[in-house]
Amino acid sequence: MSEHEEHNEHIVPPGVYAVIITTLLILTGLTVFAAYVDLGRFNIVVALGIATVKATLVVLFFMHAKYVPERTKLVIISGIFWLGLLLLMTLSDYVSRVDYRGVRYPISQITRDMREIRG
Amino acid sequence: MWIFLVTEVMFFGGIMLAYTINRHTYFHAFAMGSNTLSLPLGATNTLVLLASSFTMAMGVWSAQTSRKQLLSIFLTLTIILGFVFFGIKYVEYAQKFHHHLVPGKSFDIGYCVHNPSLCPDVKPEELKEEGERLEEAERGDPDLQAHAQLYYSAYFGMTGLHALHMVIGAGLLFWLLKESVGGRFNAEWNTPVDLIGLYWHFVDIVWIYLFPLLYLIDRHK
Repeated sequence: MSEHEEHNEHIVPPGVYAVIITTLLILTGLTVFAAYVDLGRFNIVVALGIATVKATLVVLFFMHAKYVPERTKLVIISGIFWLGLLLLMTLSDYVSRVDYRGVRYPISQITRDMREIRG
Repeated sequence: MWIFLVTEVMFFGGIMLAYTINRHTYFHAFAMGSNTLSLPLGATNTLVLLASSFTMAMGVWSAQTSRKQLLSIFLTLTIILGFVFFGIKYVEYAQKFHHHLVPGKSFDIGYCVHNPSLCPDVKPEELKEEGERLEEAERGDPDLQAHAQLYYSAYFGMTGLHALHMVIGAGLLFWLLKESVGGRFNAEWNTPVDLIGLYWHFVDIVWIYLFPLLYLIDRHK
């Protein structure tokens, strides 16, 4: 058995899965609770933060990412890296954009413009 | 499988990014739309899907330890939970059709507020809250109906794509179940169980993000 272990997959015991699923269910309750607390602009930060913790738990334990070979970890990390690049570059463009009048892109301005157009 | 999942991450990531930009731009309409979704149904579905990920993980463990009968049981449980998810999703979609919340000619984000008798399934106090929110949203966004349709297009598009992934996953699970009853998977060879498990967990992760993005906008107040 022990000779085989080095190239065999790591077997995660059921107890670990039970702890993870319990944590996931509690975090779901927490995120619903947090949505009803007025945190201003941080509501979305908290919601996505909790979602990211949940996703990380699923990837590390349910998907065994904690126990896979280095090259598989490289694939996972490269995926997260490219996703981060996509989000960071696009959103930094949107939050920093100004229109021809030098007005910053958002949002309330567009609403005001539309109201003017409609009278 | 991981490389395929990375491409899927970019696929859903791009869609969620587009959604985020629209939500930022048309905040009033998206908050209004989000508050017409049923939080109890959405939250229940989150729990159901998480539970199905757990049974799937236990299925993988059963295969790795050559517990063949247990594997079939866990696969069956995973499929059942998947179908519970579809059932709840069906109830939600049907509700949206009844409430005139499907983008198109008869779309009306204020349908239930203006016709409370036609929405018997929405509680009066919820309607009151929705009415106040509607007034505020109409003040904040002169083109509320159009932008609320944008929200609902995103809702149906994203949950629809997620559901399509689940249909494919359910198909794969049925095949796994058939093979597992035939006793094909054991500690030496269980690659399909492992890989389809990875896919199923990925679909779960997509929902982990969709739930707060779609259901939990501006719920306080």
